Amino acid sequence: MPLRIEIVSPEKRLVDRQVDMAVVPGMEGDIAAMPDRAPLMLQLRGGVVALYEGDKIVDRYFVGGGFADMGAEHCTILADSAQLMSELSADEARDRLRDLETTWAQIEPNDVDTHDRLSREIQSVRAELEAAEGGASV
Amino acid sequence: MPSLKELRGRITGVKSTRKITNAMKMVAASKLRRAQSQAEAARPYAEAMGRMMAELAAASRGSDASSLPKLLAGTGKDQVHLLVILTSDRGLAGGFNANIVRSARQLIRTLQDEGRTVRLLPVGRKGADILAKEYPDLVVERVAGTEGRDVGFDKAEYVGKKIVSMLEAGEIDRCTLIYNRFVNAMSQIAIQLPLVPLSVAENDNVDTSADAAQYEFEPDEATLLANLLPRNLQVQIFSALLESAAGEQGARMTAMDNASRNASKAIDRLSQKYNRTRQANITNELIEIISGAEAV
Repeated sequence: MPLRIEIVSPEKRLVDRQVDMAVVPGMEGDIAAMPDRAPLMLQLRGGVVALYEGDKIVDRYFVGGGFADMGAEHCTILADSAQLMSELSADEARDRLRDLETTWAQIEPNDVDTHDRLSREIQSVRAELEAAEGGASV
Repeated sequence: MPSLKELRGRITGVKSTRKITNAMKMVAASKLRRAQSQAEAARPYAEAMGRMMAELAAASRGSDASSLPKLLAGTGKDQVHLLVILTSDRGLAGGFNANIVRSARQLIRTLQDEGRTVRLLPVGRKGADILAKEYPDLVVERVAGTEGRDVGFDKAEYVGKKIVSMLEAGEIDRCTLIYNRFVNAMSQIAIQLPLVPLSVAENDNVDTSADAAQYEFEPDEATLLANLLPRNLQVQIFSALLESAAGEQGARMTAMDNASRNASKAIDRLSQKYNRTRQANITNELIEIISGAEAV
């Protein structure tokens, strides 16, 4: 298994292991990191990172946005926040979504930066909620 | 000469002080271990971030300075300096806070002598109290410290966002972070780290030769840079906060160790004095009795 994947959040390193492939949620669509790929720097949206050994998914992590640095032998994910899928809580995500939507309703319509940031945050939390609810059935 | 009762009182007093300083030392020692492991855990992120920043900065080096984000290139002016000053919320940590304040004061004076405008953003109560007294007009906002608890990333995020918003509003041109770098439990060094414009460390690992594969960027490098820079700023502040937290515990541990040792010495001295006084009293009484008996 020649690809070394690291998932690090500002507080700690969550994953450092060898896998065959990792699918990461890029801003413009999911991208698979495989051995011997050309170096790529990628911005991430909130979504699920899936780690593959052979054809099987061995682990899924939810990342709340961040960046990824991919190379021939490594894939480093700098996550704003990261959690093992099984540890996600749908209720907690729902609460946060509600808070964000209240803020969304209150902001000035011409405050473009806040708009942008909030919409990205809301998308991320929505993805988390979806992952948490979907994850329960998997 | 103090009476025996007074001396006994003082010995008990110093003993209970020693108990407190000793306990504080123990607490600081265990908190120090915690803070150190937290700082270690945060290192991989900062390192990976540094690597990415170096790659990106190298990729955008050719472009025009005015098109680069302000966080990387500065505003092009050098008039208003913002100093972010990290201190602790609690005292009893030896020279920990005084060091930082001294370093800050020096920098403020140098900048003001050069005719620059200085603004202050103190983080942590101790430094904020002193600086607000000395330079009440310069303080922009006081940010509460961590109050001895674990440092959370949200604090760094808040300070980072504050700096970015001031920079975007054109209120500041440059920004410097002053904090204590943790060397070991005995020593911390006051560091002045320029945050804006960003000084990207020349990374030797970045292979700039032509046959190294070129990085692809998604989205394009300008957008990526614009998003990565504020994050990088927060990460730098975060690691400074962690260093400062570890330094605070280290300084407190050393200070309390010294205090306990001083208290032990004081107790020895007082006990000796107490014993001598007691002996002198006994001798006196004996002399009185004997001379009284002789007189009869």
